[in-house]
Amino acid sequence: MHVTPTKKLFEMYLKKLILCLTALFLAPLSFSAWDDINMTPGVNAIAQEIFGLHMTIFWICVVIGALVLGFMVFLIIKYRKKEGVEPADFDDNPKLELTWTILFAVILVGMAIPATTTMIKAYDDEEGDINILITGHQWKWQYEYMEDEVSFFSNLLTSLDARNNIAPKTENYLLEVDEPLVIPVNKRVRFLITANDVIHSWWVPDFAVKQDAIPGFINTAWTYVDKPGVYRGQCTELCGVYHGYMPIVVKAVSDSEYKDFIQGKRDLKAQQALLTEKLWETDELFAIGEEVYLKNCVACHQVNGAGIPPVFPALAGSEIVMNDKGRQVEILMEGVQGAAMQSYAEQLTEVEIAAVITYTRKAWGNDAGGDGEIVVPKEILDYKNNKL
Amino acid sequence: MSSIKKSVSKLFLATVGMFLFGFALVPIYDVFCEITGLNGKVTGPTFSEYEDIGNREIKITFTTTNNNGMPWFFDSDRSQMKVKTGEQNLMSYVFTNTTDKPMIAQAIPSVSPGKGAQYFHKTECFCFEQQYLEPGESISIPLKFVIDPDLPEDISSLALGYTLFDITKDQMSKQASN
Amino acid sequence: MSAVIEGHHDDHHHGPAKGITRWLYTTNHKDIGSLYLWFSFIMLFIGGAMAMVIRAELFEPGSQIVSPEFYNQMVTNHGLIMVFGVIMPAFVGLANWLIPMQIGAPDMALPRLNNLSFWILPAAFGVLLATFFMEGGAPNFGWTFYAPLSTEYAPPTVTYFIFAVHIMGASSIMGSINVITTILNMRAPGMTLMKMPLFVWSWLITAYLLIAVMPVLAGAVTMMLMDIHFGTSFFKAGGGGDPVLFQHIFWFFGHPEVYIMILPAFGIVSHIIETFSRKPIFGYDSMVYAIASIALLSFVVWAHHMFTVGMPIAGELFFMYSTMLIAIPTGVKVFNWLSTMFKGSLTFETPMLFAIAFVALFTIGGLSGLMLAIAPADFQYHDTYFVVAHFHYVLVPGALFSIIAAVYYWLPKWTGYMYDEFMGKTHFWLSFVSVNLTFFPMHFVGLAGMPRRIPDYAMQFADYNMIVSVGAFLFGLSQLLFLYVVLKAIFYGKKATGQVWEGAQGLEWTLDSPPAYHTFETPPNLEAGEAKG
Repeated sequence: MHVTPTKKLFEMYLKKLILCLTALFLAPLSFSAWDDINMTPGVNAIAQEIFGLHMTIFWICVVIGALVLGFMVFLIIKYRKKEGVEPADFDDNPKLELTWTILFAVILVGMAIPATTTMIKAYDDEEGDINILITGHQWKWQYEYMEDEVSFFSNLLTSLDARNNIAPKTENYLLEVDEPLVIPVNKRVRFLITANDVIHSWWVPDFAVKQDAIPGFINTAWTYVDKPGVYRGQCTELCGVYHGYMPIVVKAVSDSEYKDFIQGKRDLKAQQALLTEKLWETDELFAIGEEVYLKNCVACHQVNGAGIPPVFPALAGSEIVMNDKGRQVEILMEGVQGAAMQSYAEQLTEVEIAAVITYTRKAWGNDAGGDGEIVVPKEILDYKNNKL
Repeated sequence: MSSIKKSVSKLFLATVGMFLFGFALVPIYDVFCEITGLNGKVTGPTFSEYEDIGNREIKITFTTTNNNGMPWFFDSDRSQMKVKTGEQNLMSYVFTNTTDKPMIAQAIPSVSPGKGAQYFHKTECFCFEQQYLEPGESISIPLKFVIDPDLPEDISSLALGYTLFDITKDQMSKQASN
Repeated sequence: MSAVIEGHHDDHHHGPAKGITRWLYTTNHKDIGSLYLWFSFIMLFIGGAMAMVIRAELFEPGSQIVSPEFYNQMVTNHGLIMVFGVIMPAFVGLANWLIPMQIGAPDMALPRLNNLSFWILPAAFGVLLATFFMEGGAPNFGWTFYAPLSTEYAPPTVTYFIFAVHIMGASSIMGSINVITTILNMRAPGMTLMKMPLFVWSWLITAYLLIAVMPVLAGAVTMMLMDIHFGTSFFKAGGGGDPVLFQHIFWFFGHPEVYIMILPAFGIVSHIIETFSRKPIFGYDSMVYAIASIALLSFVVWAHHMFTVGMPIAGELFFMYSTMLIAIPTGVKVFNWLSTMFKGSLTFETPMLFAIAFVALFTIGGLSGLMLAIAPADFQYHDTYFVVAHFHYVLVPGALFSIIAAVYYWLPKWTGYMYDEFMGKTHFWLSFVSVNLTFFPMHFVGLAGMPRRIPDYAMQFADYNMIVSVGAFLFGLSQLLFLYVVLKAIFYGKKATGQVWEGAQGLEWTLDSPPAYHTFETPPNLEAGEAKG
């Protein structure tokens, strides 16, 4: 059998090529730690069990994949067309086929058993020591502690400047919030998850908790954390424009720290009532209002107040903002029926609402073009009281 | 020719049948949901007496959510309650129309965990009806419920959540078309 | 069971009409096949351009190129175009060209319906693409368009989207009726079902799947239309409905849909591997049963797309088990392809390269699919890039490579000209390397926690995203090379023989290259054993 020089060269290069491709495939693995490219092992028993299950099925799949690919490479090399060699002509072997069919079934059953036991553990319906109602909004999370009756919103903290590449990006870029969800360690926490508008999904990888937040329905999830720490997650169901900008941060703290947190929230509420009563300067309101605007309003109404008409109206030069403060207060407090503008009565304090209205009435030349009237927190409180 | 006629009439009947089946689905769904208790929806019959009321204590958590664009004040009179299986319980919800227009609301219940939903019997619930409120009007409505003693052993707490929806527009258009 | 057509081929030998009317009015399966294939090729570049925009934005963290609003439109339409405008029409084009020739029939059973099925597609996509220029922008709710994001919170163009989807669905349903009628009634005498070529089998089963599920999609979008415009509450909790109902209905369509997008690939790959191994396909009967069982099973697995929706545990376990079951017939097929190559006499022309890559890379996609089937683990994978990696592996080096392989394999038959083998191999190697560079790292960023459908991401995902984007740009460029190879063959290629490939079996290879405008006007004589699948 005469092997031509070209064929020999081809063999040489084929082997080199296969080596190169394997290296190419695996190269990225070398410059990252295993942690960077694998699932988190999780911070509690159930998450670790799910991680273990993942690794088991992962390795089974790697082995099967390696066998199939390896066999393929072997076939390519061994059975290349050679001069004078006839291909075999068998085209069937029922016994062999039956054997590997049964083999596949056995492997699958082997995978299904641990998967089932883990699933049953994850679906534990036991009661929680504390219950937290989590509501997904476009585009932020709301947390309400049912036992302690504390409630607040959690917004993305990363600045627009960082997102627009003007300011530098920090380590927790897009994974930081203004108000994390604080939970105590060593207590079973039950989450009641729902949404207020579209479907969102609440995911904290370290807890292996992911449940869809569906408007009109409540889903439950639970966790039990025994290690204090900060755990970050993201919304995992497309929910509109800023789906990628509503992260989750959970802070697990000691029992005493948790009690302080709850008390702090209650004190804050009382403080806010006092703040509403005090006498405010226009500049003070304007400064606070600008901050509030940048955090809550800029996504839709834009930094320059131009909005994205017709869906998000312009505030700069708006008739309501310039000349109708009554209507503007109403919009902030009630939302706009049939439009994306929600009520902010629950999310912002009276000071914040008055401040942001004042800001919009003074910014972008609106005070020159309109009546330039400001709104003080007491007016917001009055509005609330008149309606209740 | 006649075999074509046969095919055509069979196809025609099948089409009509499928169309009618669509309408029949309305009562079929009601029966199906009642039997399976799916979706935590309301069960029909009232439960006033049980032979064996059991002695299990169940913690009930009440949540209220306003759907987007629903500005009413809507709250339960308490956020949690410890009840015994088999006994009648009473609590109430407050609704206030904080706008300056009359509105109609619908409260949609959801019970969690799903497994326990069919054991949560609401004997009297505002969610059975729509709520019409004038501007500024406020009402307090009772909720009467019983937890079925047959509630599975591994469930010791249930959450009842209500989401309040504004259905003023939908109801107006229905009235207009009538 | 087959209609014998009396030969009158010596009479009016009219060729095709001249000019544009030829293409507008043609009822010829070869012309219509070409129309579908060129349409799909054009859509590949349009959907591909959208992918380039996505990957350019994801090249680095931060907002660089497009706003989040436009990004969501890109993501949505990239998916819609690739699924409904590239993969499906390409397979229909192959069906049109090949099925009549492979079964010895003169044309499809319903030639005028065939023409209509094609021409409504450019209309539908015209409507869909026009939405980019309308107020509110194009659809932006993902190709899976879950309610209520796609009903109460959708841009006004959602109504055009619904209209376009209805038209695409009608096209598929009509095409499938045509395929089934043709295959069941027009096979040459002596070609029993179990002697049919595997591509024909794969399309017979695919056509049944299409007829079963496209109406379900039509139902879903009609219910959406009702909710948006006629005050119903199918998917609105406020009216007594349920957003999750949408997901059930959509995925009841959606899961068989993805098998619709792969079964014809299985048929193609069987033919190519058989030819270039110079050995008959191993286990023909099991290959047929495997395709049929995959199709049947595909109806009972839909909720594996919904593991985090709050299903009762019994439901989660059922769908986990049924999904895992599909691995068995699929594994049988992979082993049978390998067994065909075993002790064969292999040569590695371009079609064979793409077919072998299909087997290897589809296996990887299938294995990640098996991982996704494990419901508790799926809590960590769902809606992350791990899923994106999985479905791109089965669709790109899976379905798309099989289509490319089919074009290389049958182009000499269709056009009568050989493509440039060196350029073909170059196209292959560039595609193979870049497709893995693009989609393999996605497994890792997904496991590390990167969600889907986001225009910007946290810092730890930056390195891999950059690699993915580079791979994607390279892959996009490589397909321009494919266009060049095809055009070069048509205008400058060497003449091809009738047999074209040494080991090729099947009736189409007994015809001239290119075949006459009308072939098999008399059904062929099958005694010579030409009809082996």
